[in-house]
Amino acid sequence: MTAAILIAAMALTTMALRFLPFLIFGKNTPEYISYLGRVLPQAIIALLVVYCLREVSFLSSPFGIPELVAGAFVVGMQVWKRNAVLSILLGTAVYMLLIRL
Amino acid sequence: MALLLFDFARFMIFPIMNEKSLGIKTREVIGQAFYRSVPVMAGYIVLGIGFGILLRNAGFGVIWAFAMSALIYAGSMQYVGIGLLTGGASVVTTIITTIMVNARHLFYSISMIDKYKGAGKFKPYMIFALTDETYSLLCEDRGPSAETLNLYRFFVSLFNQCYWVTGSVLGSLLGSILPFSTEGIEFSMTALFIASFTEQWISSKEHVPALTGLASTVLCLLVFGPQKFLIPSMLLITFVLSIIRKREVAKA
Repeated sequence: MTAAILIAAMALTTMALRFLPFLIFGKNTPEYISYLGRVLPQAIIALLVVYCLREVSFLSSPFGIPELVAGAFVVGMQVWKRNAVLSILLGTAVYMLLIRL
Repeated sequence: MALLLFDFARFMIFPIMNEKSLGIKTREVIGQAFYRSVPVMAGYIVLGIGFGILLRNAGFGVIWAFAMSALIYAGSMQYVGIGLLTGGASVVTTIITTIMVNARHLFYSISMIDKYKGAGKFKPYMIFALTDETYSLLCEDRGPSAETLNLYRFFVSLFNQCYWVTGSVLGSLLGSILPFSTEGIEFSMTALFIASFTEQWISSKEHVPALTGLASTVLCLLVFGPQKFLIPSMLLITFVLSIIRKREVAKA
């Protein structure tokens, strides 16, 4: 029962965070919020990349080499083919191979 | 379990399909949405399995895994949530922790306000299902065509949640008896964000926001450490971008 209440609390709080900006600014979006809406995506994707790599240690073996090589591979594939599905699947395969070498 | 999945399909998917009577165009859009969601599939199923296993080990079975993934649907929060459930946290602690872990969703929603305008009946679910990965797929995606854009976004969102729920349920049911090593497959999430970053970089002439995000986050990671840098980074990014805008407004 307590568990159900806690799960409900997590669900409702998460929903509130997702819905609040729409409820507050949805009808009448201030220019400043629209501006943030335009520039935030690029900045946040950069943040998410760093977030994923936050636990990688570049000072001790294997020095983040699998992440760097596979990451560079994804960038290269994306520049070359512009196909995200292909870049991601092959990049992941490269990473899985590198950590098994 | 099968019954729950059946209900999910009956209430979430079939009404939409009936309404549009699955025209050829709709089918095409669903196909394109599925293709777009494929990179998330592997990552969500594996991370979902991990979540299901941990939750089961904490003493909560498959119904709980399903409920959490269907109702909360926020990956890192659900992992943190296992600790809250077993540690006997209070409701207030749970709410505060959820706000800390999920504050970034405020920013996702802010940047989708204009984009989701006019999404009509799809909008509530699309807002509910705006995870990190769905956000990175949809934030700059204009879809196959303007008129089917919201249908497309809705299905990308829905497919992603299906993977997450499926993974959680599988993890809870199968436990740790998986016959193969999936070590490293979690890199698909990193690869997804790197590919999104690269694509945005190529298709945009303006690189200041991307560089601001990168520099602010690295700086905050160095200053605050890997556990606590997320919220400072978001605040710093918003602060720097606001200053840049003020300057541009002053120039113009």
